[in-house]
Amino acid sequence: MSIEQPPARPPFALPEATIGVGLLLVAAVVLWQTAIMPVSPMYSKVGPTVFPYMTAFGLALFAVLLIIQAWRGGWQPDDEKEVAVDWRSTGFVAAGLLANVLLIKPLGFTFASTVLFVLVTHGFGSRKPLHNAAIGLVLSLAAYFGFAKALGVNIGAGVIERLLGA
Amino acid sequence: MDTLSQLANGFAIAFTPMNLLWCLLGTTLGTAIGVLPGLGPALTIALLLPITFQVPAEASFILFAGIYYGAMYGGSTTSILLNTPGESATIVTALEGNKMARNGRAGAALATSAIGSFVAGTIGTAGIAFLAPVVVGLALAFGPAEYFSLMVLAFVMVSAVLGSSSVRGLTSLFIGFFIGMVGIDLQTGQARFTFGLPELLDGIDVIIAAVGLFAVGETLYVAARRYTGRDEIIPLKGSLYMSAQEWGRSWKAWFRGALIGFPIGAMPAGGAEIPTFLSYAVEKKLSKHKEEFGTTGAIEGVAGPEAANNASAAGVLVPMLTLGLPTSATAAIMLSAFQSYGINPGPLLLTTQSSLVWGLIASLFIANVILVILNLPLIGLWVRLLRIPAPQLYAGILVFATVGTYGISQSPVDLVLLYVLGAMGFLMRRFDFPTAPVIIGMILGPLAEQQFRRAMTISAGDWSVFYTHPLSLTLLLLALLALLAPKIYSFIQHRRTRGPEHVPGDA
Repeated sequence: MSIEQPPARPPFALPEATIGVGLLLVAAVVLWQTAIMPVSPMYSKVGPTVFPYMTAFGLALFAVLLIIQAWRGGWQPDDEKEVAVDWRSTGFVAAGLLANVLLIKPLGFTFASTVLFVLVTHGFGSRKPLHNAAIGLVLSLAAYFGFAKALGVNIGAGVIERLLGA
Repeated sequence: MDTLSQLANGFAIAFTPMNLLWCLLGTTLGTAIGVLPGLGPALTIALLLPITFQVPAEASFILFAGIYYGAMYGGSTTSILLNTPGESATIVTALEGNKMARNGRAGAALATSAIGSFVAGTIGTAGIAFLAPVVVGLALAFGPAEYFSLMVLAFVMVSAVLGSSSVRGLTSLFIGFFIGMVGIDLQTGQARFTFGLPELLDGIDVIIAAVGLFAVGETLYVAARRYTGRDEIIPLKGSLYMSAQEWGRSWKAWFRGALIGFPIGAMPAGGAEIPTFLSYAVEKKLSKHKEEFGTTGAIEGVAGPEAANNASAAGVLVPMLTLGLPTSATAAIMLSAFQSYGINPGPLLLTTQSSLVWGLIASLFIANVILVILNLPLIGLWVRLLRIPAPQLYAGILVFATVGTYGISQSPVDLVLLYVLGAMGFLMRRFDFPTAPVIIGMILGPLAEQQFRRAMTISAGDWSVFYTHPLSLTLLLLALLALLAPKIYSFIQHRRTRGPEHVPGDA
């Protein structure tokens, strides 16, 4: 290794800057939504908008500070930077979640959750779809009946639940 | 009435067969989720919140408290055998405990951590019983302005002081404030941040936030890191019982750990990291076996931090029960369980709900006894849980996440919200934002707003209430000091050591 002067300033960190800008947008939305709230003059001093304004200004301030930090090289831990996101794996998990929200109304919780289970296990590298479907089905039914009976939570019944006479 | 007779009443409540069963269920479940990576007490209690509509308050709090304590015991097992600390509080346990396990002393490490947790948990619980009435006495002098300032102090401590960056911690906290404000403002009936969606009028349920951040976010995070295999589980061999020498080295560490952990946990700052690291440093300094630290594993380095962790977990319940001030995500979710019973934790809780509070404290003593039994003779059972393969474990977590969320109102909007929060949790993990302040902010933010508006209403809109009341001023100054002192200190240090240029890699 040659003895070189380390760069005076680490490079601008784009991912972190994106987060900062995103946060600034959130702050802007909070500010805008607060500004359009109708406030009765009765509550003009300590009405429902004081805290939202504080939150918006706080978020904006932190967003600016984060953007400055990104400008100075960012803060993401090396441990995270070195590991590239595995989009295939994440994609399968996301697909499972999407399938779940789309199927839960028409086909019921158990069916949707079994699909979710199979897709997520696939994303995590398991290559036994039928085996996983069986586990997913049993687990979903256990969760369905467990929550429905023990916690009194009403989860929409669907095809499979009706077949079982639930 | 004096503490001991109250506590006796508490034991009478906790010893009813039904409540003992709840305690057994909670501790068992808590140990299991503590052992399993990817699941924690905050997530589990959030998923079980609907139980508050089914059973009396005593039963659900005994269950939740059992989960809370149980997760601490279970978490240390995973740290020792797997070297993947499930939560920041068990990082230190993994440090020495895993080294001991690699050198064939897993049994002794597990034993000192379980018995130390028992000793410290019992001391901590006794601490709650005796400190809570004292804090209530002080808190009765608090007006809305003081409460607000105390919350500001807690906010600063929880988000800015503990953790790696104050800006990112505060960002998390303020996002929590925003989430907490969604819905109808209770004082004026004004809808806030609902974006025209009727589903949002009731606000964002804490279940959705906790499950989104801790279950969906965590699963996405693990998936993105290409989680192909499992870490090596160190087989449990050798005696589970400690030698006389190991007892001798452990017991003082337990007591020191408990004495460090409880007061720090009980302060309106919370957090188990500082007491565990502090205890580790103390043990390392006092140990006669310094050469074992970081090499073969020193038993004091497991005993002290584990005790500190459990005692601080007990300490966190003091501000939660007496001031309604949660300083951890789990405590914040327990606070929302109180709200779901229409109970507001605060100085009056001990008198208006004395059977609930004392029954809960008594059941914590019982939980500790059950837990030391569950975690020593039955340890083999929990080790088997570690063998659940990651694909099925994380898929299963998502199935339960769906049940818990969809069960709230059978609305797909809730699921979409869950995924949005999950994506946010994923980014937060990738970019090192702490997630607990989001939950604390969303639960405690609205309460702070309420106190703020109450104080301003009493003072007819005069801001000076916050700095003319001496107590309120002191609390705000403490918060300011906590926020700025580390920065000023590092600035001075930086100026002083500006000599040699920065060497790459010295971090």
